[in-house]
Amino acid sequence: MDALDGNAIGGLLREVFGAEMTTTMSACGSCGAARQVGELVVYNHAPGTVVRCRSCENILMVFVTMRERTCVDLLGLSALG
Amino acid sequence: MSPVSRGFHRRRQESAENAGRVPPGQYVTKDFPVLSAGPTPHTPLDRWSFSVGRPGRQKSWSWEEFRALPSEDVTVDIHCVTKWSKLDTAWHGVSVDTLLDLAGHDGPFAMAHCDGGYTTNVPVADLTGGKAWVAYAYDGQPLAPEHGGPARLLVPHLYFWKSAKWVRSLELKDTNDPGFWENYGYHIYGDPWREQRYAGD
Amino acid sequence: MAGTALRGRLSPRPLLWQVAKVSAVAVETASVATITLDVPDWPGHQAGQHVDIRLTDDDGYMAERSYSIASAPGEPVALTVERIDDGEVSPYLTDELRVGDDLELRGPIGGYFVWEPADGGPLLLAAGGSGVVPLRSILRHRERTGSDVAVRLLYSSRTLDDVIYSGELDHPAAGVEVIHTLTRHQPPGWTGYARRVDAALLAEVAWPAGAMPLAYICGPTTFVEAVSQALVQSGYPPQRVKTERFGGTGGS
Repeated sequence: MDALDGNAIGGLLREVFGAEMTTTMSACGSCGAARQVGELVVYNHAPGTVVRCRSCENILMVFVTMRERTCVDLLGLSALG
Repeated sequence: MSPVSRGFHRRRQESAENAGRVPPGQYVTKDFPVLSAGPTPHTPLDRWSFSVGRPGRQKSWSWEEFRALPSEDVTVDIHCVTKWSKLDTAWHGVSVDTLLDLAGHDGPFAMAHCDGGYTTNVPVADLTGGKAWVAYAYDGQPLAPEHGGPARLLVPHLYFWKSAKWVRSLELKDTNDPGFWENYGYHIYGDPWREQRYAGD
Repeated sequence: MAGTALRGRLSPRPLLWQVAKVSAVAVETASVATITLDVPDWPGHQAGQHVDIRLTDDDGYMAERSYSIASAPGEPVALTVERIDDGEVSPYLTDELRVGDDLELRGPIGGYFVWEPADGGPLLLAAGGSGVVPLRSILRHRERTGSDVAVRLLYSSRTLDDVIYSGELDHPAAGVEVIHTLTRHQPPGWTGYARRVDAALLAEVAWPAGAMPLAYICGPTTFVEAVSQALVQSGYPPQRVKTERFGGTGGS
């Protein structure tokens, strides 16, 4: 299954952050690459949604929805917005 | 309150002949969906190794050595937490019993470590007694990278996120620490027959 | 959130599910249909945005998917859906849904993959299969606003029968060039491209980097990666190449 990009989780991002996020700049905590969220690599067919840096593949964000609640872990970002 | 979509039906457990083989909440698929949290690793076989044990006390095998171990054909049903089940999947690999015997069985719990960084935890009691394998072939062919090749863990009696793709080691431990998805709230054990998808189920 | 850019006339309202009514279903190809919707509380949208739709069965089971908006801002919301074999959702939308049915949706969603006339051009639009849908919204928006930005649409399909919106694309607006490539089968006498888009094909079709073009690439991931890499290698600044990847079985 090919990875998608941040556009595919536009709705999820709106739900979690309360705002349109695909144009928001992100910075990878591992390699420093700066990209708009719409360009990040998204794997969303697993038990959760994993967002990775397009340059170094480091995990930037993980979203898990269970029992109608979505938790988000922004572990890999050094900056968002 | 969402309106019911006229004429829409979820995929359901299909036929009476499958009943009893399909855990609650699952539907049978003929496909083999590929689910992943990251890019497919491509470890060259001459750099691949598999190890079992504790840090500093591990038994390791190269690809040639691993392929020379006693191995067996296995046909099992598999159940993914995303609700698909696939019946009669045919694998070939080395029983984890064999690996633990050769390594010197040591520790009540295991953490699978994989290329790409994925981890999942399984009690050793669920890896022994003919319940788990490290599989390197599927359906008569070498296991494809998208499905976890060169080799993946196969623990069919638990939800398939425990059957870690691209497995490189089983770390034996004294504590049942959560792996990647368990850390995010997926069930620490994951029995599909008790529908243990999330912590607290 | 500080730094979040909000474009156009949209304001940060909560993204809520609402129930729309199907007002028309039109067959585009043997596996593609366009569904026009009457959305009671629609705030308007930008060209390139999408909606999430949600189906519910009588057990309360829900399935959600995203579809790009095929219509231009100002037109009724229309979604073009390709039926994926054995898909859970798409066959329902293309084969079962009827005028008068309810369809739950939320949107519009997306700010990255949008085009407004003020963004300028020349535009290179590259479509792989159903990736043409948001690009068609861009084309219609360009025409409705009277923009004279030059456009080249490079559209990759398997066969001529798979081309969506062929009626419109055979008669493009002034300033719009449509270049097809048919990758699997070509009709007798076909003189157009007959292969997957590669660097050589793009070199012949794409605006040269010196024209300061803006590229929008949409389709399956492998298509998007191949085209975007080739454009960047030919000198397009990465920030002038916008991408939207569609799943293979993801949108099923």
